[in-house]
Amino acid sequence: MADVVVKTEKVVKEYRMGTNVLRALDGIDLEIYSGEYISLMGPSGSGKSTLFNMIGALDLPTAGRVFIDGQDMGRLSQSQIAWFRCHRVGYIFQSYNLLHVMTALENVTLPMIFAGLSTSERRDKGAELLDRVGLGERIHHRPDELSGGQRQRVAIARAFANGPSIILADEPTANLDTVIGREIIDLIKQLNVDQGVTVISATHDLKMLDVSDRIVDIRDGLVERIRNRDEIEIQVGEVGGH
Amino acid sequence: MEQQTRGTIGQQIELPFMESVRISFQSLMIRFGRSVITTAGITLGIAFLVSVLVNNEVSVAMKESGSKQEITTFEAEEPKGISMKDKWLIIMSLIVCVVGIANSMLMAVTERFQEIGTMKCLGALDRFVVRLFLLESGFQGLAGALIGALIGCLGSLLLGLKDYGLDLFFYFPMLPVLNEQPARFGVLLIILAGCVLGMILSVIGAAFPAWRAAKLPPAEAMRTEV
Repeated sequence: MADVVVKTEKVVKEYRMGTNVLRALDGIDLEIYSGEYISLMGPSGSGKSTLFNMIGALDLPTAGRVFIDGQDMGRLSQSQIAWFRCHRVGYIFQSYNLLHVMTALENVTLPMIFAGLSTSERRDKGAELLDRVGLGERIHHRPDELSGGQRQRVAIARAFANGPSIILADEPTANLDTVIGREIIDLIKQLNVDQGVTVISATHDLKMLDVSDRIVDIRDGLVERIRNRDEIEIQVGEVGGH
Repeated sequence: MEQQTRGTIGQQIELPFMESVRISFQSLMIRFGRSVITTAGITLGIAFLVSVLVNNEVSVAMKESGSKQEITTFEAEEPKGISMKDKWLIIMSLIVCVVGIANSMLMAVTERFQEIGTMKCLGALDRFVVRLFLLESGFQGLAGALIGALIGCLGSLLLGLKDYGLDLFFYFPMLPVLNEQPARFGVLLIILAGCVLGMILSVIGAAFPAWRAAKLPPAEAMRTEV
């Protein structure tokens, strides 16, 4: 059995909205193993995004505990959490979230600045990462000079900047067409296999479920069921026309 | 793409000052149009302040020179220092500047929620975000105040030329005279003080928006739509 990289224990998250209390998570118990490719599924309002934020050290639970790499997130200081986000977790967003004032290389090297790498180390490593995602020729282009697929590739390179143990991908193909979406999924899967990094993805995309090791269904703030890839049948059609 | 050793945890996250300067400057240059509009407020305020102070310096200098020479055009004028009305106007204009800067920076923060959230997701500490916004505002303040100080000075020079003619150039109070009572600061020192004041006011105006930006939870970045 592989190491547990993320563990949640009876995680509850409540949001106060005026006099009402909305319980987004109602006691989630989940273990995610090192090197696993896991997909979180659930309808809008199921608590999927809230759980995603907890696992990514972006938010803290109202009750219960979240462990990432064996560390209880609730016990860490602000600077330790920032260190965690910088070194241990790589984020890939639906809308890419690149900084528009920076070039592709500068976007990729920003987390490396926070990690304390020298200018030359950053430049070399950033160029290598962009080359690996197929953007070696476009490192000095700004996001508005790149296509959606290329922007997401930059975001993927940035997510891997400091050698994270977890990649969090929030609907990474939602804004991309089928062919480009497939390329992005293949790239993430390839890095998952090559680097042994754990990929946790929130998605509705069947193509992403196809490459997942496990699929976690979230409903009404609870884990409804967890399925292994071989337990489900997915037929992903190919779109022709090149 | 090496992975960190599992289980260990550090605290050391850094953003070297020169990198902060570079990022802030780059951010200003990319949003040049908006930066110019924000800067215009501080330019006008400092131009007004500097023109009043330089006018006062000029009138004192010319009055003193007049006591040594027979120049009748300004004989009747008594240098009275800066009037209460002018002082009030200066204070009001500077308050308007600070409010204008605060308003612009609040808008900038709102526009850049996603950018701030993303930076925090990448490991930025609250103080990095504050520093970036304050630096941006400081640059704007310095540039705006320098332009304003030069405009104010030029305006006073033209006004002085109209009142005193070319004699103004002989007695123009460029340098400070500190051993007189009251001390005269000179135009260079007024310009310098105007620049520093403009920068300080700009940073004060940006302080609350920068703090607000820094406190933004990173989860906001996930939620925000482009």
